[in-house]
Amino acid sequence: MFAYLVKRLLQAIAVMLAISLIAFAIQGNLGDPLRELLGQSVSEEVRQQLREDLGLNDPFLVQYWRFLGSALQGDLGTSYFFKEPALEVILKKLPATMELVFGATIIIIGLSVPLGIYTAIRPNSILSRAIMAISIIGISIPVFLTAILMIYFFSVELGWMPSFGRGETVHIIGSWDTNFLTVDGWAHIIMPSIALSSIMLPMFIRLIRAEMMEVMQSEYVRFARAKGIAPGRIYFVHALKNTLLPVITVGGVQIGTMVAYTILTETVFSWPGMGSMFLEAVNRVDTPLIVAYLIVVGFIFVVTNTIVDLIYGLVNPTVKLARMGA
Amino acid sequence: MNFLKSCVASAALSIALAGGAMAENTLRVAYDADPVSLDPYEQLSGGTLQLNHMAFDPLVRWTQDLQFEARLAESWEQIDETTMRFKLREGVKFHSGNEMTAKDFAWTFDRVKESPDFKGIFAPFTALEVVDDYTIDLKTAEPFPLVLHTATYIFPMDSAFYSGTTEDGKDKGEIVKHGDSFASRNISGTGPFIVTEREQGVKVTFERFDGYWDTESEGNVDEIVLTPIKEDPTRVAALLSGDVDFIAPVPPTDLKRLEDAEGVNLITMPGTRIITFQMNQERVEAFKDPKVRQAIDHAVNNAGIVDRIMRGFGTVGAQASPEGYLGHIASLEPRFDVEKGKQLMAEAGYADGFSITMMAPNNRYVNDDKIAQAVASMLSQIGITVDLQTLPKAQYWPEFDERSADMMMIGWHADTEDSANFHQFLTACPDAETGNGQYNSGNYCNEDADALMDQANTETDQAKRGELLQQLEQILYDEAAFIPLHWQNLAWGAKEGMNADEIVNALNFPYFGDLKISE
Repeated sequence: MFAYLVKRLLQAIAVMLAISLIAFAIQGNLGDPLRELLGQSVSEEVRQQLREDLGLNDPFLVQYWRFLGSALQGDLGTSYFFKEPALEVILKKLPATMELVFGATIIIIGLSVPLGIYTAIRPNSILSRAIMAISIIGISIPVFLTAILMIYFFSVELGWMPSFGRGETVHIIGSWDTNFLTVDGWAHIIMPSIALSSIMLPMFIRLIRAEMMEVMQSEYVRFARAKGIAPGRIYFVHALKNTLLPVITVGGVQIGTMVAYTILTETVFSWPGMGSMFLEAVNRVDTPLIVAYLIVVGFIFVVTNTIVDLIYGLVNPTVKLARMGA
Repeated sequence: MNFLKSCVASAALSIALAGGAMAENTLRVAYDADPVSLDPYEQLSGGTLQLNHMAFDPLVRWTQDLQFEARLAESWEQIDETTMRFKLREGVKFHSGNEMTAKDFAWTFDRVKESPDFKGIFAPFTALEVVDDYTIDLKTAEPFPLVLHTATYIFPMDSAFYSGTTEDGKDKGEIVKHGDSFASRNISGTGPFIVTEREQGVKVTFERFDGYWDTESEGNVDEIVLTPIKEDPTRVAALLSGDVDFIAPVPPTDLKRLEDAEGVNLITMPGTRIITFQMNQERVEAFKDPKVRQAIDHAVNNAGIVDRIMRGFGTVGAQASPEGYLGHIASLEPRFDVEKGKQLMAEAGYADGFSITMMAPNNRYVNDDKIAQAVASMLSQIGITVDLQTLPKAQYWPEFDERSADMMMIGWHADTEDSANFHQFLTACPDAETGNGQYNSGNYCNEDADALMDQANTETDQAKRGELLQQLEQILYDEAAFIPLHWQNLAWGAKEGMNADEIVNALNFPYFGDLKISE
């Protein structure tokens, strides 16, 4: 286990180095950060001076080397817009995003498992067909459209839901303010969570359904049936366990993907997390923040995958971590 | 649908009542962005100036009909050709409690001269001299007609508050374009609102300043919560659902929606930002011929663009100066006439047309990419084939600086609210030394026009100056120096009873201090 974690850590470092190099290489094509820092009628001379001050005139490798040097000391650069260390800005925004991802995950788990099992057990019932039909629609509507439609329907037309932002939050610790301790906070997080889950939910229902149906065909389930074991026990104890293995693998990867989807969801709902921050940073050509964001997200991917592998080992003891790390 | 509407109305009402009970008068504002810094002179942008008009006061400010209104100056007089004397208001207090005097103006002036963004505007001024505690002299090297225009940019800072060093030994007064500074996070102005809380990119909270000098103002807003909402549909939805009281900008696609919605008012006003195309004479030989440029101007249907693409949300233009500016010529009409355009092309020897490249941003001006597409197809009618590329603004400006296409789009708002500024940046002979023609991607150059601008810039007689600037505008029109399209309109959305129409202006700095919400 220890050897495995060390191996994973080394992998993480390699991944983040690669990301930082790529992010650094593309930043020249993102545009000119000075346009967002200076007014339009500022003279060319002033512009050049600032470019020099920011070190933007240095060759690529010099800039990258300087970045690596300070990154080793935990400094990923200073955001042009926030005027604070980029890493601090991201860590401040991280809890809001994580709460949103958490909310969406709860919705996905809470709905996809029962619905997936139901549609697998009763594939021909009207309700199953309806669920499958709706899930097709859900998977094919883009997240931002779902979000905008929800805002117009529930906020503007019905007036039930707040239209943007986080509402009232309660301070927990450090930069973590939570939505889950006030009624207003709950009201604000519901729609963004649903929007964020709208792509993944149908996918998981289908995945669980397909896996479950396959397992239901397997020998040991048939044998259990023949033995006269109660259907409930067959479904939830024998079949479900084996269904969940691939679901956990896919789920772990998808949590990472969900972080990417927060960019759209947060932007539409003006959710003050790191997703909307990233899109802003791209628009403002805030390159230090863009690079730092990509590195942090890369890190989250590596961490979630590692955790998934660990859980996988727990659920299925036949899998040996040491082998998997290779 | 009627049932739904009444539901919305009653929901909006109940929110309004609940809001009224919490604080006396809270105004919730949603803009597309929040100010980048609390420093009034760090970045020359609309966001900064909007903040300055809330937390600071200028010497003089613009009224809705573009006249000057005394603020911290009580009165002013020209004492000689190059000196304007301002008498300052007495008994004005900063948020810190310090009293405002002439020395704060002198301190602010010295600081502005160091600001990369603002020093250009203040270049004509040589000194700000303190005569006594409540009198200052603004001096220029040459006679300067825009002293009051520029005085709208003088927001005195609290010199005692911004002097000294911070705990880590940095000068409190320094202007830092990137990275941290005292002034970007701390603020003490004379304005109607104090910044009480700020989380960048999330919200800024203001509270009315108890000791505000302008006791005659009828403004009754006690608290302002400013939230940036970047997405247009969300910002509109926030207003319609009653989550905010005032929004700007309103996207053209939602104008009608706001107009029809109950409980919400749409306020529009002609703006002063002209949208234009420039024709690069160094890249395309044909553009050197005024006839070809006129032909293009004949091919472009400005009114059609305003009507169909802008949905009426623009004022058709045939020149750079909007109405109200000295150089504006009321009689100039757009040239649109395709047949005449073809004829001019033939006269110039290009009856068979030619091919050009065109570039435009796609997220800088309202509907910029759609406008460019329309212009490209209009040009095909006179035989010019256009290869169009639209780019996000972050990538567009480096291309613009490189002059990478034969025709490029540029919108311009004159920081000085003066006609000469358009010519200086957009159509004057490019000169790296003086900075003239910095945005002249057309490389249009007419020495007579430049001479008129130089003359106007030292002419303090407004009537004579107007004549010079109109002559200049006429030359640019006759030679089709550039293709003017329209002035972008401004639009705000406000909840009913906000009376916001009284505090907005063409410069887009709403004077929230004077906002009087109906009880």
